[in-house]
Amino acid sequence: MKQKSGFIDTAMFYLLIPMVFAALYFVFIWSPVEKFMGAPQKIFYFHVSCAWVAFLAFFTVGYYSVRTLIKPNIKFHIHAGISAEIGVLFTTITLLTGMIWGKSSWNTWWTWEPRLATTLILWFIYVAYLFVRRMEGSWEKIAKLSAVFGIIGVINVPIVFMAIRWWNTKLHPVVFGDGKNQDGGGIEPPMLFTLLFCIFTITLLYAYLMRKGIEIEKMRHAVKKAKNKAINRLAG
Amino acid sequence: MTYLFLAYSIIWTLIAGYIVILGKRQKALKKELQLLDEWNTEQ
Repeated sequence: MKQKSGFIDTAMFYLLIPMVFAALYFVFIWSPVEKFMGAPQKIFYFHVSCAWVAFLAFFTVGYYSVRTLIKPNIKFHIHAGISAEIGVLFTTITLLTGMIWGKSSWNTWWTWEPRLATTLILWFIYVAYLFVRRMEGSWEKIAKLSAVFGIIGVINVPIVFMAIRWWNTKLHPVVFGDGKNQDGGGIEPPMLFTLLFCIFTITLLYAYLMRKGIEIEKMRHAVKKAKNKAINRLAG
Repeated sequence: MTYLFLAYSIIWTLIAGYIVILGKRQKALKKELQLLDEWNTEQ
C-alpha cells in the first residue's frame, strides 16, 4: 500500500514537471498577446488558476470542517489543515499577482474594490484558522473551534466569486458567464485552452501537495507513537 | 514585460519555496523516526 502510494506521488511529480513547462509554453509562446493590455494580460492564466485552486482548497476545508463538527475525527482535522495551508499559499499568490495586474492595468497596486477586499478577508480568515489550529489544548476542542473558522471562511468563497457581479465593479471584468448585463464576453479559443490547461496543471499540483502533506502528517503521527513507546520503555 | 516577469517569479518562488519547506519537514521527521526506531529496538 505504502509502495503504491509512493509510486503515485512519484508519477504525479514526474507528470507535473512537463505539464508546468507545457503550461508556460502555452502562456508565453503559443497564446496570442491581448490587443489592449499587452504582455501583462498573460498574468491572468496563472492568476485565475491559483484563485480556482484556492477556492477548491477552501471548499475542501469546509467539507472536512462540517464532518469534524458532526463527528470529530483526527483524519478530517488533518486533511482540513493541510488544505487550508495550501489554500493560503494560493490565495497569497492570487493577491500578489492581482496587485501586479492592478499596477499594470489600473496604475495602482491596491484599490478597495469588492473582489480584492473580499479576497483579502478570505486570506485573513484562513490565516486565523491556521493560528487557531496551533493553539494548545485537546485536539478535539481545537478541531471543533477551527472547524467553525473553516466554515465561516468557506461561506466567504462564493461572496468572493460573486463580488464583481453583485457590486457591479468597473475594474474587475466579468470574463466568464453572462452576468446581469451580459458582460462576460469570453476569450479567444487559444486563450481559453491555455487557461484550462493551466487550471488543470495547478489542480494537479494541489492534489500532489495534499498527498505530500498527508504523508508528512502520517510521519508526524508515527514519530509521536515512537516517542510514547520510548517514554514507556524508560518508565518501565 | 517587467510586471509579467515579476508576477511569474513570485508564483514559482512561492510554490517552489513551499515544496522545499514540505521536503525539509519530511526529511526532519524521517530522521527523527529513524533515530527513535533505532533507540526503541536497541533497548
